[in-house]
Amino acid sequence: MPTKIEKDHITGTETTGHEWDGIKELNTPLPRWWLMVFYATIAFSVLWMILYPSLPIPGATGLTGWIAREAVTGEMQAHQARLEPMLARLRAATPEEIAADPELRAFALAGGRAAFANTCAGCHGAGGQGAPGGFPSLADDDWIWGGSLEAIRTTILHGIRNTEDEQTRQSQMPRFLADGLLSAAQVNDVAEYVLSLSGRATDQAAAARGAAIYAENCASCHGERGEGNRELGAPRLSDQVWLYGGDKASVVRSIAFSRGGVMPAWQGRLDPAVINMLAVYVHALGGGE
Amino acid sequence: MHVGGTAALAAEAQTASRTAERYVEGPIRAFAVATVFWGIVGFLMGVVIASQLAWPLLNLDLEWTTFGRLRPVHTSAVIFAFGGNALLGTSLYVVQRTCRARLFGGEDMGWFLFWGYQFFIVMAALGYVLGITQSKEYAEPEWYVDLWLTVVWVAYLVAFGGTILRREEPHIYVANWFYLAFIVTIAMLHIGNNIALPVSLGHAKSYIAPSGVQDAMIQWWYGHNAVGFFLTAGFLGMMYYFIPKQAERPVYSYRLSIVHFWTLIFLYIWAGPHHLHYTALPDWAQTLGMVFSVMLWMPSWGGMINGLMTLSGAWDKLRTDPALRFSVVAVGFYGMSTFEGPVMSIRAVNALSHYTDWTIGHVHSGAMGWVGFISFGALYYLVPKLWGKRGLWSRRLVEWHFWIATLGIVLYITAMWVSGIMQGLMWRAYDELGFLQYSFIETVAAMHPYYVIRMLGGVLYLTGALIMAYNLWRTATSEALGEEAAAPAAAARAPALVAAAAN
Repeated sequence: MPTKIEKDHITGTETTGHEWDGIKELNTPLPRWWLMVFYATIAFSVLWMILYPSLPIPGATGLTGWIAREAVTGEMQAHQARLEPMLARLRAATPEEIAADPELRAFALAGGRAAFANTCAGCHGAGGQGAPGGFPSLADDDWIWGGSLEAIRTTILHGIRNTEDEQTRQSQMPRFLADGLLSAAQVNDVAEYVLSLSGRATDQAAAARGAAIYAENCASCHGERGEGNRELGAPRLSDQVWLYGGDKASVVRSIAFSRGGVMPAWQGRLDPAVINMLAVYVHALGGGE
Repeated sequence: MHVGGTAALAAEAQTASRTAERYVEGPIRAFAVATVFWGIVGFLMGVVIASQLAWPLLNLDLEWTTFGRLRPVHTSAVIFAFGGNALLGTSLYVVQRTCRARLFGGEDMGWFLFWGYQFFIVMAALGYVLGITQSKEYAEPEWYVDLWLTVVWVAYLVAFGGTILRREEPHIYVANWFYLAFIVTIAMLHIGNNIALPVSLGHAKSYIAPSGVQDAMIQWWYGHNAVGFFLTAGFLGMMYYFIPKQAERPVYSYRLSIVHFWTLIFLYIWAGPHHLHYTALPDWAQTLGMVFSVMLWMPSWGGMINGLMTLSGAWDKLRTDPALRFSVVAVGFYGMSTFEGPVMSIRAVNALSHYTDWTIGHVHSGAMGWVGFISFGALYYLVPKLWGKRGLWSRRLVEWHFWIATLGIVLYITAMWVSGIMQGLMWRAYDELGFLQYSFIETVAAMHPYYVIRMLGGVLYLTGALIMAYNLWRTATSEALGEEAAAPAAAARAPALVAAAAN
C-alpha cells in the first residue's frame, strides 16, 4: 500500500504511513524513562563487569578480587573455625563426660539433632520413632544391642552386620525352614509359642507343642522366657515391640527365613565429634539407659 | 481521520471477501483445534504431576506414571504442543495477511507442517512415557525425534520466509520480525543443543557430543533461549498482530518496536549462564549471564509498553471485550515475569531462589499468564474468523474463563512464591550454635500445604480451558452465528458484531 502519513486524533501522534491488514503504527518517540532505565542497566552491567570476573582468561578477576570458589571455601572455613573449639572438646570427651557437662551436652544435643535429621532420619524417622520393616525405634527403651551411651556410640561407629567394618555388630539367626532345620508344622507351633510369650497365642495346643522346640532351638539366644540377649542382638520376644511385625504371619516368616537387618558404619564418614553428639542425642530421645 | 474503528472494519471487510481463495486456512483451523486439544492435555498433566508432588501415592508405583516421566509430558505438552501449535497456526495466519500473500507452498505445505508437527509431539511424548529421554530439560526427545523435528522446522522456515519474500506490502510487519526471529533461532538452538551420537541406528539411546560443564552451558544456552525465542519472541509476534486487531488501534510506537526487537534479540542469547550460578561454570561466564539478564529488563518491557499503550483510546473495550482482556492481562504478566527474571538472575538473589519453587512460580507466571492468556486471546479472535462466524457463541463463558483462570494463576504463583522463599530460607537457616536448623525432609513437609494450593490453582486453570473449548466448539458449529463468506455479509459485520457483543 502507498505510504500515507496520517494524524491519530486520539493521541495527536502521526502514523508512520505503513499499513498491514488494517494495522497502522504511530510514530511515537521512545519513552524517555524507558531509555534512561535501559542506559542505567547498561551502566550497572559495565560497572559489575569491572568489579567481578568477566573475562575468559584463567586467573582473571575483577577489581574486587572475588572468586566464587574462594568465597565459598572461606565461608566454610569460617564456619568450621567457629565450631572447632567445641568440636575439639567433643572429640576428646567420652559420651558420658559430654552428658555430664551441661555446656557440652547442650551443644551436643543441638549438633546431634542436625546430624540425626540429615543422616539417620531417613531410616529411623524424623523423631527416631522407627519404621516398619526392620528400622527400630530409638525413642523407646527396647534396645536390641544396648541403650547405654557407650553401646549406642559403638553401634553408630561400626554399624550392624556391616560387611566393611570388622568390629561391626554381628549375629545371624538361622533360616529354620529354608535350611531344613524345622518342618513347616514345627515353625507354626514355635510361632504360636512365641506369641504366647506376650499372651497372644490363639492355638494353645500348638503353643504347648512349640515350647519344646523353642527350648531346643531359640532359647540359647532369645532366652528361656524370651527376654532377649543384647550381646547377640537377639530381640526380646516377650513384649509388644516387634521389629518386623508381631502378627502370626510375620513371626512365621522371621522364623522360617530369618531377617538380619543391616546398618551403615559411620566411623570414617562422620567426624568423631559428630558421632559423640549423635550418641548423646539418640540417648536423650527417650530410652537411654 | 480516526485511525481504526469503522474504517479499519470496512477495510477488513474488503480483504475478507478475498480471503477464502487468497489465503490458506484449512491447516490453520487444524492448528487452532490442536492448540486447544494439547492445551487441555498439557494442563491436565500439570494437575496430575502437581497432585503427585502433594500426594506421592499418585505415582501409582508404575514406571510409566511416575513424576519423572510425566513431568516432561507436561512441559512439552504446554510449551511445544500447546504453545507450538498456537505459534505455528497464528504465524501462518498473520504472515499471509500482513504480507497480502498466499502461504509459500500452499495448502500442501500447511498440511505437511500440521501433521509433521503433531507426529513430532506424539513421538516425543511416547518416548517420555516409555523412559526414552536425553535427560536434557525441555530437550528430552532422543535423536530420531530431533531429526524429524529438524525436517519439519526447516519446512516451516521455508514456508514462512517464502511467504515474506512474495509479499505485496513494501515493508515487513513487526509481528513477522518476531515470528521469523523465533523460527530461525529455534532452528539454531535445536540443532546446537542436540548434537548427539546414537548408540546405533536401531537404538533409541544417544550420547550428547559435549560433556561436563560444556554440555551444561550449551543446554542452558538452549534452555534460556527456548524461553527467549519460543515463549517470548514468538508470542510477541502474536501480540503485535492480535492486540491492535482486537483494540482496533494503531501500534503505539514503531521506533520502540524496532529498538526493543533488536535489543531483545541481541541480549537474550547471552543470558543462559544465569541458570548455572554457583556451579562449575567459570565465574566470568556467570557474570556475563547475570549482566545480560539485567540489561534485558527494558528490552522486554518495550514489548509490554507497546502492547499496553496500543490500547490508549480504547481502554473501554476491556469492559466489553473479555477476549481483549485476556491479551492485555497477558501483557501484564509478561511485564511482571520479565522484571522478576532479571531480579532472579542477580547472583545474590539466585543464591536464595535457585533450586526452589520460586523458579517454578516464575516460569508459571510467564507460561500461564503470558503464553497461555495471549494464546487464549488470539483463539477467541481467530476461531470466529476461521469458521466464518459473526462472533463468539457466548461472551459470558469467556468472562467465566477469564476469572477462573486468573484466580488459578494467582493461587499458583502466590503458593510457589511462599513455598519457594520459605524453602530457600529453611535451607540456609542456622541455629545459634551454628548447626543447620532444618533437614531436607522438614522443608518438604513444610511445603505440602502450598503444593495442595498449587494443585487447586492448576485445576482452576484447566477448568477455564475446558470452558473455552466448549465455547469455541459451539462457536465453530453454531448455525445462528451464520456464515459470512460473501462480501456484502462481511461488510455488514460491523453492526452485527456490536449486536453480538451487546447480548
